[in-house]
Amino acid sequence: MRVTVNGESLELSESTTLLDYLIRRNLNPAVLVVEYNGKILHRDHWSQIQIGDGDTLEILSFVGGG
Amino acid sequence: MDKLIIGGRELKNRLFIGSGKFADESLIGPIVAQTGVEVITVALRRVDLSGGKENILNYIPKDCVLLPNTSGARNAEEAVRIARLAQAAGCGNWVKIEVISDNKYLLPDNNETIKATRILAEEGFVVLPYMHPDLYAAKELERAGAAAVMPLGAPIGTNRGLKTKEIVRILIEECELPVIVDAGIGKPSEAAEAMEMGAAAVLVNTAIATAGNPTMMANAFSQAVQAGRQAFLAQPGETTEYARASSPLTGFLRS
Repeated sequence: MRVTVNGESLELSESTTLLDYLIRRNLNPAVLVVEYNGKILHRDHWSQIQIGDGDTLEILSFVGGG
Repeated sequence: MDKLIIGGRELKNRLFIGSGKFADESLIGPIVAQTGVEVITVALRRVDLSGGKENILNYIPKDCVLLPNTSGARNAEEAVRIARLAQAAGCGNWVKIEVISDNKYLLPDNNETIKATRILAEEGFVVLPYMHPDLYAAKELERAGAAAVMPLGAPIGTNRGLKTKEIVRILIEECELPVIVDAGIGKPSEAAEAMEMGAAAVLVNTAIATAGNPTMMANAFSQAVQAGRQAFLAQPGETTEYARASSPLTGFLRS
């Protein structure tokens, strides 16, 4: 299935929960904020969301800035 | 005690710093420890999916107030979106509104900034808008619910100093809100100058982060901000056109 993550179109071989996806990408969920199909998704829901075909994810975190 | 209150929070330290452009981000912790800085700006970006970089929050002491900016926003709608995302990241409800569509001078768009401020203040954010110094815009930001106004001293990252001094002085005089000089301050003397005029605080990033010795420069800024604040509170004496002798002139040389 195809998903768009941070503007990049990617092929996912199997369906997975959002939380598992983040962990599999070696991201630290504690410091992230996620927009799922254009809506901010509270971290409490990450383990319940099953990523599906055509989904769009924005995965953001804080960086240095003035 | 001389305290600055913003968004219900009492701040002892009037130097705010930005966390951008540090060649070594691990300097931020020691800088905060040495200067007592309480407010630090950060930005929100897409994570690098290829991994690698340490998260900036790991370098910022936990008791600091995080001030996420909305850099990258070109209009009010984008600024609001970034602010909500930053809040969802769970780092408080302060936000520095920064709406910029001019890529050469990075000057803020006051109209869009006012719109974003109104929406976010209504949602309960503590809104600190970065603005082009203008009295009417500052008054409008006040009405829109801003917690402070942050006029620029010079374009972002230029280190050119307090080029907007005259208008900033008027904002300080005419605004009820704290006026925090943001952007352009390049040297501690310029920070002191802003504070002597009655600025509530200054926000410094580039001047510290890109100094040869950022830690030493942060200390210098910290002292300058304190000195400038004290000078303001002490009420400088008047300036005059001609000399006025500081020693008594009653002469014994000429009888």
